[in-house]
Amino acid sequence: MSVDIETVKKIARLSRIAVSDAEAEALLPELNNILGWVEQLGEVDVSGVEPTAAVIPNRLRLREDEVTHGDRREDVLSNAPAREDGFFGVPKVIE
Amino acid sequence: MTSDITELGVAAIRDGVTQGEFTAVEAAQAFNARVAAAKPLNTFITETPEQAIEQAKAVDETRAAGKPLGKMAGVPIGMKDLFCTKGVQAAAASHILEGFTPPYESTVSGKLWDAGATMLGKLNMDQFAMGSSNETSHFGNVISPWRAKGSNKDFVPGGSSGGSSSAIAARLCPAATGTDTGGSIRQPAAFTGITGIKPTYGRCSRWGIIAFASSLDQAGAMAHDVKDCAIMLEAMAGFDPKDSTSLDEPVPDWEAALSGDLKGKRVGIAKEYHMDGMDAEIEALWDKGRDMLADAGAEIVDISLPHTKYALPAYYIIAPAEASSNLARYDGVRYGQRELPEGAGLQDMYAATRAAGFGDEVKRRIMIGTYVLSAGFYDAYYTQAQKVRTLIKRDFEQAWEKCDVILAPTTPTAAFSPGEQSDNPIAMYLNDVFAVPASMAGLPAMSVPAGINKDGLPLGLQIVGKPLDEQGVLNAGLAIEERAGFTAKPEEWW
Repeated sequence: MSVDIETVKKIARLSRIAVSDAEAEALLPELNNILGWVEQLGEVDVSGVEPTAAVIPNRLRLREDEVTHGDRREDVLSNAPAREDGFFGVPKVIE
Repeated sequence: MTSDITELGVAAIRDGVTQGEFTAVEAAQAFNARVAAAKPLNTFITETPEQAIEQAKAVDETRAAGKPLGKMAGVPIGMKDLFCTKGVQAAAASHILEGFTPPYESTVSGKLWDAGATMLGKLNMDQFAMGSSNETSHFGNVISPWRAKGSNKDFVPGGSSGGSSSAIAARLCPAATGTDTGGSIRQPAAFTGITGIKPTYGRCSRWGIIAFASSLDQAGAMAHDVKDCAIMLEAMAGFDPKDSTSLDEPVPDWEAALSGDLKGKRVGIAKEYHMDGMDAEIEALWDKGRDMLADAGAEIVDISLPHTKYALPAYYIIAPAEASSNLARYDGVRYGQRELPEGAGLQDMYAATRAAGFGDEVKRRIMIGTYVLSAGFYDAYYTQAQKVRTLIKRDFEQAWEKCDVILAPTTPTAAFSPGEQSDNPIAMYLNDVFAVPASMAGLPAMSVPAGINKDGLPLGLQIVGKPLDEQGVLNAGLAIEERAGFTAKPEEWW
């Protein structure tokens, strides 16, 4: 399977990465080379094989249902590029 | 004594501080001076000499008060920039996280400070740990202190933990943290003549380590020798309820149980690791390693890991897939850089922020990951890769019926020069062809310096062990170390 330029642009959109037409053109052979190379996995017979869920046997733990932290608004907001009134600031999303 | 401290390793510094031969502050000062004088190597993104001194003072005060000292008492270390460190930038060597100052400490770094280690600074690396040569950092390439005989050409220190490997090889720090997703501790260790161990997946908490591929990421120790790695790894490992994949297992006293006597142990040699066109010097080194382990008393057995050749392509589906998900959090809203073009809406802001904030290799992997997880392709790529991963894991499980550890080369070649492989992503990926299978199976693995090639550059041998058998890996590594007699050091040119 190889991708075309429209697919590259679609992947970029899904990835939320802005790419110019020239960048998409440059990415096209790069992505196709990698995808062509990983294609060899198709030759492995995996019938009856389960996909890996965990490499080392482990069990999911439950903890007590209690508040372990909180009240750290200042910490949470301390790295925000924009903040207003104790909230993260973003461009207007509702017209 | 003070002038010699930078020649010492972890054990010697800890013992020197503990026995009062020199103070932790003297050790911190000595290494701070080394770091400040090594700018051409570009190993550190952020230097924290004051923090090293402050932490060292606390160690000296603990000793003065007659209280017990930790396993890393007074040992100055470098911290890979992937670790969140309270109040000190953690950028993962990226632009998008430039300026990010964590308000919390990662579990592993916190454990190291609790054990008495002191922080010299944050080490450069491949951006988001994606790379094998330290050419993808937003903060510039890291240069290896090693040079070929009679040449002034630069070499790469490997990656992604290349700031760590370069700084240790240049004796800017006796040890450093690394992280290994698909070889990022072992390959740079091999390129720079140092020792590095990646423990079993789940031994070290991932909490507070900036995520790349969560099912593969493991922190580990990098230092001059096996004993130093054992000491540091002990300080780093342990159960952490804040990481859902952390293993609730006691941490053994690896240092105390170190022994290079391998009587009764079986060492596997996998025929699939003989690759076509393999470097003759690497092949010869591997044979020498086999002889060294036999000399240590081990029985050498031939084994087969039939799916070896598929580990790397499967990795390059699984790791980018997980990365595309993990790196979705960098949106310019909660932390890091924001790019807001004039009149842009929220979606445009996301796309512009990520376009400006990620380097080319990171973008490439996010896009590959997005594609292999997208509707219609998920089963053909991602599910197939995870099934192949099961077969790779099964290969190892079958091998453990015949052997206790596996010996392999760490890398297919010695270090190369910057720019030599950066135009061809797949050639770069092949650096990790021997390292990735153990990562895919979550196994402990280490690289030990074992020889020098004809150009005078270091080469490493790799030991892979059973789940949770770090001791077996360390002991086999020690047996090689005791016999390889690796004493070469880079000459100081910087």
